[in-house]
Amino acid sequence: MPDPGRMTPVRPALVELTLVRLKEFIREPEAMFWVFGFPLLLALGLGIAFRNRPPESIRVGVLPTTPHLITASLRSALGLTVVSLADDNAAAQALRTADVALVVAPADQGSVEYRFDPSRPDARTARLVADDAVQRGAGRHNPLVVRESTVSERGARYIDFLIPGLLGLNLMGSGIWSIAFAVVTARKQKLLKRLVATPMSRGQYLLSFLLSRLFFLVIEVGVLLSFGALVFDVPVRGSFLALGLVCLVGALAFSAMGLLVSSRARTVEAVSGLANLVMLPMWIFSGVFFSSANFPKALQPIIQALPLTGTVDALRAIMLRGAPLASVSGELLLLLAWLVIPFAIALWLFRWR
Amino acid sequence: MTPSKPSASASLALRVHGLRKAFGDVVAVDGLDLEVQPGECFGLLGPNGAGKTTTIEVCEGLTAPDQGEVEVLGHTWREDGDGLRQRLGIQLQETQLAEKLTVEETLRLFRSFYRRGRDVSDVIALVQLDEKRRARVGTLSGGQKQRLALGCALVGEPDLVFLDEPTTGLDPQARRQVWELIEQLKATGRTILLTTHYMDEAERLCDRVAIVDHGRNIALGTPRQLIAGLGAEQIVSFAVEEAMAGGLDDAVLEAVAAAVRATHPARATETGWELPVAATHEAIPALLAELDRRGLPLSELRTHLPTLEDVFVSLTGRALRDA
Repeated sequence: MPDPGRMTPVRPALVELTLVRLKEFIREPEAMFWVFGFPLLLALGLGIAFRNRPPESIRVGVLPTTPHLITASLRSALGLTVVSLADDNAAAQALRTADVALVVAPADQGSVEYRFDPSRPDARTARLVADDAVQRGAGRHNPLVVRESTVSERGARYIDFLIPGLLGLNLMGSGIWSIAFAVVTARKQKLLKRLVATPMSRGQYLLSFLLSRLFFLVIEVGVLLSFGALVFDVPVRGSFLALGLVCLVGALAFSAMGLLVSSRARTVEAVSGLANLVMLPMWIFSGVFFSSANFPKALQPIIQALPLTGTVDALRAIMLRGAPLASVSGELLLLLAWLVIPFAIALWLFRWR
Repeated sequence: MTPSKPSASASLALRVHGLRKAFGDVVAVDGLDLEVQPGECFGLLGPNGAGKTTTIEVCEGLTAPDQGEVEVLGHTWREDGDGLRQRLGIQLQETQLAEKLTVEETLRLFRSFYRRGRDVSDVIALVQLDEKRRARVGTLSGGQKQRLALGCALVGEPDLVFLDEPTTGLDPQARRQVWELIEQLKATGRTILLTTHYMDEAERLCDRVAIVDHGRNIALGTPRQLIAGLGAEQIVSFAVEEAMAGGLDDAVLEAVAAAVRATHPARATETGWELPVAATHEAIPALLAELDRRGLPLSELRTHLPTLEDVFVSLTGRALRDA
């Protein structure tokens, strides 16, 4: 006879399924690293690489035949480093290898020749700065007096741009990977087949993946945002409610995509390839590391329809510009569509055995 | 064949009629019939590839048949799939349960799928995993994993239990533990359908056995009936000295079989020959005399009681193991 005192309580299946997801994930140290550790390391590395530094000095080459007066003017200019080059060959070589941005060579009748590649931004800058120095050295006076005042604003730095991007990237990566691996492993071990031999609801099984993601979402977003705030002083100007909502809908959309990616695959290799295929375009086009506006206009409708673009744009708007929730409703609708449609297709396509 | 009367089939735990299932060109099940009575332990015995797993998975509602009728507990899968799931306990051949979960967590998960069922602690005690209650599945031995799989099949208090090769791959000690567990289950009056390619398992556990080969049912009965059907009292195994083994050609073997009045023709084993005989006390002297007359010196002589293995051999001409 069962002793009622030691009866194990029976929790609803959805609760059990979700708890199982959480436990399995926590007990997988590698997965924990990829979800929590990796984005932090990436943010730290990129934050250090692109931290704000005094403007870098541009290297300008001169030849032995360049007139002394001109070389002296260049040396006195702020922001230029003058490099002596042996001859024309050395100058051509230095330009080719981007060792110098500009070569100032003598030309007929005491004039000078600027050699540079106009497609390089630093070369164009070097030309302007060098020309200003050369002309002033030769006696030019500026007709208009100007005054300069410089700013360094929180929110305008690369790290400010980067943190919302990494947040979006992380939502995508952990959503897709954690689900794809768990589903395919269960399928490969015939655990899925065993589960559908019970009265378990298939919808609840898939739903438990989305629910378990919500739990980790809070940790993931919290860790990355606190890291940005504490280490790089990255601001959150909008409301946390709006930020949380975008993260929530984004995370669910990527989880649905994870389910879709893993709906048929039988091996971890197959699902890895598929997941990379789905994620790579978003790594490149969705504006995580640099603005997606850099891509041609013709591609923009596609780029703007990607869920990562929507997530990252909405996160930047809220964090950096303090945009209200209403102004990111377009992105939210896009993400909702990416949640509902892939989930429905996944449920339909899903291979249970 | 006329369809059985509803009253007759309603009382059956499982009725399979004319089942056919092919995977591409391979016919796995080819017109199989089964009737399992409530409370009996029914065995599907046959070599690997005979279609046992396909048959049991069709009964479990996991595979759709190409042809034929399947009625489980008086219902078809189409009629009441969800209701049936609540009443069945299933152990699949190749399932690996989640390695990172503990024994208790695994059983709690399975328990949560059923409207009614046994207490998880009771099931843990039943399958003798009390000491492993908080151990992760990945750390369990093969036998412990199999007992946990049985626990998962029993946690919903099923009316009908399907066990697909419950002891395949286990060491003898672990097999015996699983057998004891299934015997306890039988004692509680549950209906069990199990598949196996071990004749000793079928003989020990099953009330009735269907011998399956090439997707067909080739014999049906209690293990005792099937063995008695051989008409053999004992199986005589013998071998002659290796140098003289060439002297035992087909004609000589036939003559020997006739001399001992064998119930079936002689069959080669790894080391010699086997003859099923009806009267051992007459057969042995006759065998000795016949071999002596032909100048074939015996190197080995043994007898054993016939088993289901011998039944299978007599029906198919092949041994279960190498079929």
